[in-house]
Amino acid sequence: MTISIDPQKTNNDSLQPKGWLRYFSFSLDHKVIGIQYLVCGFLFYLIGGTLASAIRIELASPMSDFMPRDVYNQVLTLHGTIMIFLWIVPVVNGAFGNYLIPFYVGARDMAFPRLNAVAFWLIPPSGLMLVASYFVEGAAQAGWTAYPPLSITTPQSGQIIWILSVLLLGGSSIFGGINFIATIIKLRRPGLKLMQLPMYCWAMLGTSLLVVLSTPVLAGTLILLSFDIIANTGFFNPVLGGNVVVYQHLFWFYSHPAVYIMVLPAFGLVSEILPVHARKPLFGYTTMVFSIMGIVVLGLVVWAHHMFTSGTPPWMRLFFTIATAFIAVPTGIKFFNWVATLWGGKISINSAMLFSCGFIINFVFGGITGVALAQVPFDIHVHDTYFVVAHFHYIVYGGTVFIIFSSIYHWFPKVTGKMLNEKLGILHFIITFIGFNLCFAPQHWLGLNGMPRRVAEYDPQFQFVNQISSLGALLMAISTIPFLINVFLSLRNGKDAGDNPWNALTPEWLTSSPPPVENWEGEAPLVEEPYGYGKQFCEQK
Amino acid sequence: MLNKNIYLILIISLVFAISFWIGFNVNLLPAEASINAPIYDELFKILFIIGLIIFIGMTIAVIYSLFNFRKKNDQIGDGIALEGNLRLEIVWTIIPSIIVLLIGLYSYNIYDRMGGMKELNHNHEMMSSNPDKIWAGISQTSDNEISKNNLSIEVSAMQFAFLFNYPKGNFITGELHVPVDKKVSMKMESKDVIHAFWVPEFRIKQDIIPGQPTILNFTPTKVGKYSIICAELCGPYHGGMRASIIVEEESDYNDWFNKNKKTEVNL
Repeated sequence: MTISIDPQKTNNDSLQPKGWLRYFSFSLDHKVIGIQYLVCGFLFYLIGGTLASAIRIELASPMSDFMPRDVYNQVLTLHGTIMIFLWIVPVVNGAFGNYLIPFYVGARDMAFPRLNAVAFWLIPPSGLMLVASYFVEGAAQAGWTAYPPLSITTPQSGQIIWILSVLLLGGSSIFGGINFIATIIKLRRPGLKLMQLPMYCWAMLGTSLLVVLSTPVLAGTLILLSFDIIANTGFFNPVLGGNVVVYQHLFWFYSHPAVYIMVLPAFGLVSEILPVHARKPLFGYTTMVFSIMGIVVLGLVVWAHHMFTSGTPPWMRLFFTIATAFIAVPTGIKFFNWVATLWGGKISINSAMLFSCGFIINFVFGGITGVALAQVPFDIHVHDTYFVVAHFHYIVYGGTVFIIFSSIYHWFPKVTGKMLNEKLGILHFIITFIGFNLCFAPQHWLGLNGMPRRVAEYDPQFQFVNQISSLGALLMAISTIPFLINVFLSLRNGKDAGDNPWNALTPEWLTSSPPPVENWEGEAPLVEEPYGYGKQFCEQK
Repeated sequence: MLNKNIYLILIISLVFAISFWIGFNVNLLPAEASINAPIYDELFKILFIIGLIIFIGMTIAVIYSLFNFRKKNDQIGDGIALEGNLRLEIVWTIIPSIIVLLIGLYSYNIYDRMGGMKELNHNHEMMSSNPDKIWAGISQTSDNEISKNNLSIEVSAMQFAFLFNYPKGNFITGELHVPVDKKVSMKMESKDVIHAFWVPEFRIKQDIIPGQPTILNFTPTKVGKYSIICAELCGPYHGGMRASIIVEEESDYNDWFNKNKKTEVNL
């Protein structure tokens, strides 16, 4: 009987700071890194949200009167970039992925802990650099899409800093993706089969495949774009014989899969949350797995639907219409399965459940407008209008951000050992749900009737509807107040959660709250039925 | 059991009825002022109704579950251990696939009726490096057709204005005048960054790209003044980049055209 102790590991443990300080250190613990991702992402969410408020204040009146026009373009560029690359992608992938995946596969940490820490520590400097570029010569102002020739002709320093920052964030994302794939495939506890993994593992496997396959294309494209800006090369510069449409193809080859990089993990998280609070097994596990993989494959071949009004030949428009519309099938299967999971359950109506159900309703709406947008003739009228703005906010805010909040309410007891206050949580949900729909639903009408996106001034006939939308944005800003109060109050004197307040069956609940450094005191438990609610063996618990 | 089915059928028919009523009675679109517009609105109406049925149906299902299956105070334990139902999974894979396929075929038909699928005469050139290659816009026609029947106009876009060249009259304006019920063919090119030509009442939009001419054809059907809006972020004054299109009776148009026409200056 020998007990093997990895000398390096124990050594590291003694060097790691304890308590609160460890969140400010180059920690290798996947749980610490997960929380670092979450808090860092949330701080950038507050910055991105402030920028969004500035946009809605500008649009409360038809004239461009709140800020200079070029500053407005910088604000909308930074808003998009921060929300995508510094809030949603790091949080749904990095934060929850790091915290949960090692538990779900029965490992003590990620496959490459040091790479994991590097991936996180790339984010704060590149985010700060991006925000600081405003003070140099003005931040980038060509939109988060950075289409040339506009991105080549606007002030250079801001655009170059933007490219550098997105490259670093893309690198962070790739490191994370490799780590997740390796952890899920190679670090599974002996005896745990792939088809027994919780659904979030499948979602992260699919997402990480997309990250690894498509992010390098964005990196290459942006490097070529930076050559065009710095060295006067002519890859995309039409003056030198370059082709601007090629950039759009390369950009969307990453940036459409990026949508799935943002929503697939949310699909995974909601699949963990619903069964616990509905006290029922996840409906249709196998079809859920296949539909994730279907979305991954289809997601790689639909990018040109962002370019129906650019120079695209007719056959290409037709192919991408049909490919895009077909993504609705695997996505629809997931939604039917979630409703079937709720059906006949014993549902606890709490904040986590409400945010998840809000997600289903919002996302179905955004999905329906998405199928409409996939149709070339439909898209030709509404492309680059507020209809599109409304559509993608229904997907990324009404979808993913709702699930981020749902997940915080669900896993806060595990991370801190304290319960969040339910009354404040439900208040948070109500204000967010009303504010969100008030803000974005009217924008569909604006787009259909002639308001293009990314404008600082608009036709006065749209003023009233824009003011309704701005009112909704105000509510969304207010909704973060009860949330923040809730988090800080509960951290100080919240009710003790115990190890498993929800009586959940997935492995992270089978250890103490908060969990010990290596996740379990003894051997990792073998969870063969993560969704076995209503079955004999869990009645005993 | 029978009772339950009757309720289900009743609710489904109610969802359909409400969706159809909203679809036919709520108009979310601006005025129709080109041949394309009624075709577009037909597609919009059908997508709107299908979307409403799915959205209202799903919302009812979620809210009903929350109310009906919520945990009562005295309840403990779990729900039924139902892990799936293959027949249901097949149903909700096949039905949406059929709906999506039908929508795709139908929108192909709509796109064809808008003239989007018409082949260019010089199709093979699109792949070559011919500097005069023309990229497809909606309702494109061949170069020959442009010169024969239609009113042809050359559009150039720049930060932050549109200019319209009438080659037959040898003049350039900043305000587009076109006769009603006549096909207009535009060849568009940008002088600097990407712009887009959008007239919401016509339901058409095409990017105007530097270094690559694009083509856009349309036939206005209603006399009036409409806005041409730039829809692609093109710089600080993007929101102000607008022009007017004036659709007028043939005779009014001819008067305007003759007033502006310049005879060529012989040197």
